[in-house]
Amino acid sequence: MKLKHLAMLLFTVTVGLTARTAHAGGTVTVKGSDTMVILGQRWAEEFMKAHPDTTIQVTGGGSGTGISALINGTTEICQASRPMKPAEREQIKAKYASDVIEIPVAMDGLSVYLHASNKISELTMAQLKGIFTGKITDWQEVGGAPGKITVYSRENSSGTYVFFKEHVLEGADYTPRAQSLPGTAAVVNAVARDKSGIGYGGEAYAKGIKIPKVKKDAASPGIAPSLATVQSGTYPLARNLFFYTRTKPAGDIKTFVDWVLGPAGQAMAQKVGYFPVH
Amino acid sequence: MSARLLRARMGDWTLGTAAALATLLLLVALLLILGDVGVHGAPRLSWAFLSQAPREGMMEGGILPAIVGTAMLVVLMTAASVPVGVATAIYLHEYAAPDSRWARLVRLGVQNLAGVPSIVFGLFGLGFFVQFLGTGMDTLFHDGKLVWGQPGLLWGALTLATLTLPTTIVATEEALRAIPPAQREAAYALGSSRFEVVTRLLLPQAMPGILTGAILAVSRGAGEVAPILFTGAAYFLPKLPHDLHSQFMHLGYHVYVMSTQSADVDASAPILYATVAVLLGLTFALNLAAVLLRARMRRA
Amino acid sequence: MPDTASESATIEARPPSGLGFAFSPRRQLPATPHVRSLPTRTPPRWHRPVEWVVRGMAAAAILAIILIFAFLVRSALPLWTSSEARKEVTQTQMWFAQTWPGYDAAEHVWQPVSDTPKYGIWPLLTGTLKVSLMAMLLAGPLGVLAAIYVACYARPKVREVVKPAIELLAGIPSVVLGFFALIVLATWMQTLLGVESRLNGIVAGVALALAVVPVVFTLSEEALRAVPQGYVEASQALGAAKWQTIWHVMLPTAAPGIATAMALGLGRAVGETMIVLMASGNAAILSWNPADSVRTLSATIAAELGEVVSGSPHYAVLFYLGLVLFAFTFAINAVAAHWIERQKDRVAGRA
Repeated sequence: MKLKHLAMLLFTVTVGLTARTAHAGGTVTVKGSDTMVILGQRWAEEFMKAHPDTTIQVTGGGSGTGISALINGTTEICQASRPMKPAEREQIKAKYASDVIEIPVAMDGLSVYLHASNKISELTMAQLKGIFTGKITDWQEVGGAPGKITVYSRENSSGTYVFFKEHVLEGADYTPRAQSLPGTAAVVNAVARDKSGIGYGGEAYAKGIKIPKVKKDAASPGIAPSLATVQSGTYPLARNLFFYTRTKPAGDIKTFVDWVLGPAGQAMAQKVGYFPVH
Repeated sequence: MSARLLRARMGDWTLGTAAALATLLLLVALLLILGDVGVHGAPRLSWAFLSQAPREGMMEGGILPAIVGTAMLVVLMTAASVPVGVATAIYLHEYAAPDSRWARLVRLGVQNLAGVPSIVFGLFGLGFFVQFLGTGMDTLFHDGKLVWGQPGLLWGALTLATLTLPTTIVATEEALRAIPPAQREAAYALGSSRFEVVTRLLLPQAMPGILTGAILAVSRGAGEVAPILFTGAAYFLPKLPHDLHSQFMHLGYHVYVMSTQSADVDASAPILYATVAVLLGLTFALNLAAVLLRARMRRA
Repeated sequence: MPDTASESATIEARPPSGLGFAFSPRRQLPATPHVRSLPTRTPPRWHRPVEWVVRGMAAAAILAIILIFAFLVRSALPLWTSSEARKEVTQTQMWFAQTWPGYDAAEHVWQPVSDTPKYGIWPLLTGTLKVSLMAMLLAGPLGVLAAIYVACYARPKVREVVKPAIELLAGIPSVVLGFFALIVLATWMQTLLGVESRLNGIVAGVALALAVVPVVFTLSEEALRAVPQGYVEASQALGAAKWQTIWHVMLPTAAPGIATAMALGLGRAVGETMIVLMASGNAAILSWNPADSVRTLSATIAAELGEVVSGSPHYAVLFYLGLVLFAFTFAINAVAAHWIERQKDRVAGRA
């Protein structure tokens, strides 16, 4: 009977595929920030070209996802676009009796996204706070053409969401009218198609949209994200991107981390659109 | 023309036109989706696309790991769901008294299971399979080392198997119902036991029905994303899954992440469309096979 | 869940065997080898345990339902039992408006990641209902009308093409519908309606309608075809026009079946995740304006569960949302089951 043969074939293939447990080299799991997932993946790709025995598997989901995975023990390296909170550090300490290791691996200039046709070229931090908390709802109020502002934000699992909330909104809540999109690319995509849109995200993703300069306050000069302004910290929304590990990196993890911090890894970071740490 | 006849004509025209228009609208919607995906997806489709891993941050390369991951997932799912589904259907149709309390309860269970939202299956998979069974297995067999207590292929497959259980049960029952009782009676009259009736008389005849159910289940398993979000799907894996507890890439999940989280939506659009085309082609082929199989069964 | 839901009801909606055709032999006796090889000796002993295994496996569906419920409750339990979780969120805070620090008035707010996490559930509930009702407003009439066309108007040749084609709609994975809504439909709608946000309740509702239509269509069509031919002939013999027969005889007879179709369609709309996650904009706004962005229960779980630390209050709240969804679909099923019984009675002429 044909069916039986087909079933047996399928079964054999599955067992064959699934039973090959033994494979050379170790596997390093990297999980976390969506901002960093592309970067992490390119790092993994390049690293594995040089170290074919080691497997680096990269998953996104958000910095929160990565941190909770680190706490739950489901990942070895957590990629995060925000520093870990004290409460989270404590959870690691309580569970694994060791301090979490924080490794800055790249820098990012968190950018504000506007539609390409938007006339505004500078925004102060206070204006940004007003827009994203919903106090400012019309472009006229910040010097643009009259029209309602559509606010695009990220899902609350994102480190960028938290970083922006802490540094721009100063802890206040986003306006409930802010649309939460599941990834930075979705924000870019939405703003690129929406004349009234404003969003935020890594500079690396910005394509087909306008990035305004950011001013610390009304008196200070507007600053655009660039290698110099981000590394020196004069750009108000410069931030570090991190790797976190539960214990001091060793073995495959150490090899990978060292490679990332080395010239090849840092060059790749710049190629993808971030800035090197040093 | 009498007023009454006119009224009848008018009424017939109105209802007939409205009904035809509604049908047309639905067909147009179907064709629009197919057309859009076909036109934008076809140019990128090639053997290389199907046989390569994604590269350059998903902007290049193909979708091989997603295809393989999906295939392994649905094979495991079928292996788990079909035997249980078939056994349930046989029990309901051949063993239980039609109106027994237990049989009614089982039927009620099946109906309700069919109505549970897919995201709730995701929660269940995470809470039960990953965190309860998985962590339990690790404590028992691996000294607490993390092996099973994390999202993986097996847990994703079992979650989907629970989700597709009603499909296989209903399809098998339908097939059993189509077998004339006279055949059973004849077999019993010849002195065969119920078990023999089931295995030698009913199951072979119900095979196309069971297959239909399995195909429909596979089609759902290939397309459902919500249940595997937390039970095993991964954004990017450089290697194919090599173990029952490794994470996997999945066509449907790939479509989700590519359309919301890729680095550059416009640049990756061709790849995205091609992935959707593959997923749609796969599920449509499966559904079509099920429809044809069922039609053949009914004619026979 | 198109296939399973529709099919389980399909079978239930069939006329009972008393009508006489259900048991008519549909095929020849199979080639005799099956029968001839049946032995007359007493069956071997091992048949018995195997049969018990079959009986045991039949409990799987019930077991699954119980386990789903039990594990949803288990993970949501800290909301009732853990004092630490209750410090962060209480039932009162979830269901009633609160005056949060930094807010001027009592409000329902969903902001789970915050210094004071806010878990107001109403924006999500209204969001879910809003898109689901919109989907039903579109899919209900469309599905039923298409069912009328296929069951009453279409020539057999046309029916043989149209019916499977509409059922193929059910074969489109919801992530593909979500993708289509996100990339294509949203742009069309924005040009067409000129609404403020590109992704909004209307876009999600329309895409959701496409997912629900096959359910409504299939079940309604079954219900219409199950109307006994005698009713139709009697109506025609009394001189009723075709539309009068359909409107005054077939539809009322099939009403419970169609109501079931609507209920199961609604159940599917409420539970659908990927479409709303991708196409609704996911802003937790408490409003009845369909052009606003919408955040549903299901999309909230999908978007946030990945982030939370297991065992945290946020985690428990998301399982609680799962419980709410589960209870809702359970209720819908109970209603649908009731209507199916009515439908059976009706086509059998018992009511």
